Amino acid sequence: MGGYFDNNIVIDILKEIGNIGAGNAATALAKMLNKRIDMNVPKVNVLDISDVPALIGGPETLVTGVYFKIEGDLDGSIMFVLDINSSQTLVKLLTSGYQNNKDNEIDDFTKSVLQEIGNILSGSYISSLSSLTGLNIKISIPSIAIDMAGAILSVPAIQFGQISDKILIIETEFIEGSDNVKGFFFLVPDYDSYDILLKSLGVSDYEGK
Amino acid sequence: MKENKVIKVGMADLNTTTAPGILTTLGLGSCVGICLYDPTTKVAGMAHIMLPDSKKIKNNSNKAKFADTAIDWLIEEMIKKGARKYRLVSKIAGGAQMFAFMNKNDMMKIGEKNVIAVKEILSNLNIPIVAEDTGGNYGRTIEFYSENGILLVKTIGHGIKEL
Repeated sequence: MGGYFDNNIVIDILKEIGNIGAGNAATALAKMLNKRIDMNVPKVNVLDISDVPALIGGPETLVTGVYFKIEGDLDGSIMFVLDINSSQTLVKLLTSGYQNNKDNEIDDFTKSVLQEIGNILSGSYISSLSSLTGLNIKISIPSIAIDMAGAILSVPAIQFGQISDKILIIETEFIEGSDNVKGFFFLVPDYDSYDILLKSLGVSDYEGK
Repeated sequence: MKENKVIKVGMADLNTTTAPGILTTLGLGSCVGICLYDPTTKVAGMAHIMLPDSKKIKNNSNKAKFADTAIDWLIEEMIKKGARKYRLVSKIAGGAQMFAFMNKNDMMKIGEKNVIAVKEILSNLNIPIVAEDTGGNYGRTIEFYSENGILLVKTIGHGIKEL
């Protein structure tokens, strides 16, 4: 079986899911903050795995990753990644100004806020995927890690690594007033779930094309 | 004076050098960094593998991605630079579990599986592991010095180790 991402139809469909999912995530964020949230058109990219950390500032950049397993008709995982500035901005917006006091360390309160934001954003993303496909898809409780980008991204990279040397990334930018928050979604269906996902979207004969 | 050349090894990548070259890989998570060294000729090699076994994956053309094929390839490249296989020793780092979950999931244990596979392959090749820094739930940047075979492991919030 060749790379799934060699096929343009598959990429287009995954891009469209990315657009809709990110749009719903922005709406959820706006409700949560009770503020107007603008969103740039999400950039959906298929990149070589080794090029991914550079997109987020390099392999040693400190980032937040919130990770979920996908369960139900599809198996796989979803991860939401934010650089550390965007993480702090989101926490500040959501808590009306809470500041993490330690410069290089993220306190537990900040972590739990980020975990909850990741939960809501990824949840709305998955629910749009669910309604688009008619599949029953749920996400697990979140798990959070704040560490080097390379290390955090190794998790989806390894999962993609079983099916491809490329990785699908959805880059979204949320804007509230003068604050910008840039986040990245990684949706990684398990090997067998790719077929289920694509079939549910009406693509049944993609192999070898 | 000869300058120390730093060679970056990316994800699913490998490289070799001779003294005084330095090999580095940044932000190792569940992947494993395998460092091989011939102390006599000071030939050093580093591989950054992502998965334990090429035979279990259909899409396995990238040899540096898998522990089994990467180690074989790395040894070949080191021999070309003058290393002898019987003199090789190894140091390994990485194989973290970045995210914790209560329930069992095979994918989440991939770091541990990578470490087990690497150890088994090295043992089958009779290459002793002289030092390791594996497991945990945090990322690592490693630097391998061909001059003396020292492996430096850097982390965020978990200190620096010299192996």
